[in-house]
Amino acid sequence: MRPPTGDYPLRLEDEHIPMVRFQNVTKRYGDLVVLDSLDLDVEEGEMVTIIGPSGSGKTTVLRMLMALEMIDDGVIYLEGEPMTHMVKNGTLIRADKKYLRRQRLNIGMCFQHFNLFPHMTALENCIEAPIQVLGLSKTEAVERARDLLDMVGLLEKSDEHPSRLSGGQKQRVAIARSLAMRPKVMLFDEVTSALDPEVIGEVTQVIRKLVDKHNLTMLMVTHQMGFAREISDRVCFFYDGKIEEQGAPEQLFENPERERTQQFLSAVLEAT
Amino acid sequence: MFDWRWEFVGDILPRLLKATGNTLLAALLGYGIAVVLGLILALAQRTHYPLLNRTVREFVEFIRSTPLVLQIFFVFYVGPQFGIMLSPWTAGMIAIGLHYASYLSEVYRAGIDSVPMGQWEAATSLSLSAARTYSRIIIPQAIPTAFAGMGNYLVGIFKDTPMLSVIGVAELMHTANAIGSEHYRFLEPYTLVGLIFLAISLPTAGALRKAEGKIRENMGLR
Repeated sequence: MRPPTGDYPLRLEDEHIPMVRFQNVTKRYGDLVVLDSLDLDVEEGEMVTIIGPSGSGKTTVLRMLMALEMIDDGVIYLEGEPMTHMVKNGTLIRADKKYLRRQRLNIGMCFQHFNLFPHMTALENCIEAPIQVLGLSKTEAVERARDLLDMVGLLEKSDEHPSRLSGGQKQRVAIARSLAMRPKVMLFDEVTSALDPEVIGEVTQVIRKLVDKHNLTMLMVTHQMGFAREISDRVCFFYDGKIEEQGAPEQLFENPERERTQQFLSAVLEAT
Repeated sequence: MFDWRWEFVGDILPRLLKATGNTLLAALLGYGIAVVLGLILALAQRTHYPLLNRTVREFVEFIRSTPLVLQIFFVFYVGPQFGIMLSPWTAGMIAIGLHYASYLSEVYRAGIDSVPMGQWEAATSLSLSAARTYSRIIIPQAIPTAFAGMGNYLVGIFKDTPMLSVIGVAELMHTANAIGSEHYRFLEPYTLVGLIFLAISLPTAGALRKAEGKIRENMGLR
């Protein structure tokens, strides 16, 4: 139960508190430093997109926030409260399982490979956690799930198992499943990377709808530059476990200041 | 010369069929114990308590590396030296149940390991508790994979029940031996025992294979 090295507040008490704050977050796999002292604030309702070459730590950012893996140093705060740590006897100690479970309730995550539960129908996927974790009655959970499946355009597929759905449909069910927990923050981890080109649009359309109609805070890792540019409030370019450059999409895509950003963007845009 | 007596077959068949009931009972009881205990052994090896983990793993290895017949003798004949007096049935069920639980725990382990990492991560991201994650997400998906192995061991335990005859459980083999020594004829009783085993094993194995496909289908896994 190692406390983070250095001085970290037990909770953020500034006048303005970001929805998510990464403070000096480091993650290593053995000798490999995947995230190097990352500082990043995400504001409530903001859509932040993370781009960068593979191995730059993009996905790790999301996985650390969802606490799928533990960070090695630093602290992540969620609405001003520590997420990776908890307060005990006036100091920060590593969060235990129970604390993490509670904190994760605020976050929803969609994965590259959907990770739907294959033995459950689309509807069952969406009601499982609301019933088991949030304690909703089955009627309430079904109603909520049907609304969400309707929102992603798959109400008529409610009773299908994932094996009967296309990739784009699976990802839309996965989005509905996450939203059924009513998270404050949504994480999209390369949600279109495993999809055939012709169905990418149906998933991005759902995400666009979320940006337009809901005040969700969102963090998205993507390789789709056009989509990132269109819907992000801010784009972060990751390189070597650090944010090399960040800014409004127009600025970052049209006038990147750093050489690595320019190289990456020209390489990516050439390929498409 | 080959001397097969049909009237003798007619005489002893009812007795053998009656003993078949005991054989089936022993197989099913033992299997029932093994199915439940095996799951406990498998899950115990996945906990975060190193001592429990290690102990259970060594125990499973120990059981798998020693002969079943020795284990049966041990429970039945060594138990009383420690004040544990067990009937042949109880001792037999403990020994064979434990033995197959060890094998089944490995089958479960392989089944659980076959569930992709992403399923655990999805369950974690939905804040499902460890118990719910196992009971609702992981184990249901591990079952189709484990089912083939579980079926093999069901047939296996059935074929191993004759070992219980060594401590006097009145199953098929025990009865065949008794008939043989009463009449000094072994050809017919042993042949019949073999045929009875075949008549049960073969259709069971076939039915299990069919059921495996059905299970996958019903779970929407294909």
